[in-house]
Amino acid sequence: MTDLLFDPLFHLPLLTGLLLAGLLPVLGALAMLRDEWLAALGLAHLASAGALLGQALGVPALIGATLGALGGGALKTFLSARGNIAYGFMILAGWSATLLIGANTALGEQLARALVEGQLYFAGIAELVAGLLLLALCIRTLPRLMQPMLRARFFPRYETANRLPVWRWHLGLDLLTAGGLAVGTLTLGLMGAFALVLVPAWIAFRLAPSWRWTLIGASLTGVIGYLLAFVAALELDQPFGPMLVGVLLGLALLVGSFERSRLTRPD
Amino acid sequence: MFDPQPLLRLDALVAGHTRPVIGPVSLQLTRGEVLGLWGPNGTGKSTLLKAIGRSARVFSGCIERQPDAVLAHLDQQPVRLPAMPVTGRELLRAAGARSEVLETMLPDTLAPLLKRRIDRLSGGQYQLLWICSALATGADLVLLDEPTNNLDPANRAALIEILALERDRRGVLIVSHDHDFLERVCSRLLEARDTGLVEARANR
Repeated sequence: MTDLLFDPLFHLPLLTGLLLAGLLPVLGALAMLRDEWLAALGLAHLASAGALLGQALGVPALIGATLGALGGGALKTFLSARGNIAYGFMILAGWSATLLIGANTALGEQLARALVEGQLYFAGIAELVAGLLLLALCIRTLPRLMQPMLRARFFPRYETANRLPVWRWHLGLDLLTAGGLAVGTLTLGLMGAFALVLVPAWIAFRLAPSWRWTLIGASLTGVIGYLLAFVAALELDQPFGPMLVGVLLGLALLVGSFERSRLTRPD
Repeated sequence: MFDPQPLLRLDALVAGHTRPVIGPVSLQLTRGEVLGLWGPNGTGKSTLLKAIGRSARVFSGCIERQPDAVLAHLDQQPVRLPAMPVTGRELLRAAGARSEVLETMLPDTLAPLLKRRIDRLSGGQYQLLWICSALATGADLVLLDEPTNNLDPANRAALIEILALERDRRGVLIVSHDHDFLERVCSRLLEARDTGLVEARANR
């Protein structure tokens, strides 16, 4: 089984995916703390639509996806569009555009299908570089955004009372999430990227003893889930995206059962 | 720390949300003072705090805050999320609490809880920790709305002690229905009536 992990053919996709599997859950934990995890699905749909639109206009899919998701993230900040209704509209707009562009362009249908299924094995050097760039951005900005974000969550009046430019860090986090979802959607597929944002964070929120361990635990869960899905998809000759989602859901089910048994156990 | 400039001055302030709820109100608060505000429901006490904290509409009059004064404004209930994987210590750090203050400010009952997740604390423990977080930040002006909600007698007594610490560094404005609590912690007490604020007890 480990042979597949070290097959030179899969080095680049494996590395790119590993990077994203460690990073997207951290962005997911931040989104979950802000109660904005559904926004990630909206951004993934916009990234998908952007990739197809870019390709129709002769722009590389990676650039199109990034522009689509970043545009959605920036618009979300400036319109103060928060809450399920706004994210629902983002999802619908992205889904509709993806399928319509896909149906009306030569290579679009193929790419649309690949985005929905997850096309990890075709990830190349461009996706890896984009992932590394995203990692560098996260390392540089997240430590500075973390304290104001936690303060705004637990002391929501502080920024208004002190006239702090709250939009700056909202925008920073929105753009990081959008960038992560853009690269993630192109590499792991739409639902694969969304699952990496949602499920590891959900698990870590239940088990971690602290915020620090929530971030570490979410990242580790993402990596473990990803490696399991990578091997299983190759061994069983299955599409990667659904396999990743299935493995992560399985982990969530295990944690949910463990939590339920712990709560119902007599002292 | 003597500071002759008032931290806060309200001059004929009329405030509300879609329509005026309180005012005209005039008052001033200096560093070292703890000003209590009590009265029946619906007289706009919380709205007054929100107006000072820039979260309610000012219809007329004015609010003057000392330039560069940092505000801490806490609502009636602490924020509660379905899951909060954040320890007490992380909450204090997020609020910007100064570590040297934590040594002296935290009551003995709270210190052992700093390593626990805040969603595993009782309502009263979390409420007290939340207020401590705001007081430990070094904010110049602290606005507290019903701070004794959820507190049992022991935690309430701890809050009274905490409010007495480093009192000269800041001004505090407290809205509460707990008259006995206000009597114990406040240097001045105002009563909100339909007609505005009246002095219920002069400077102590």
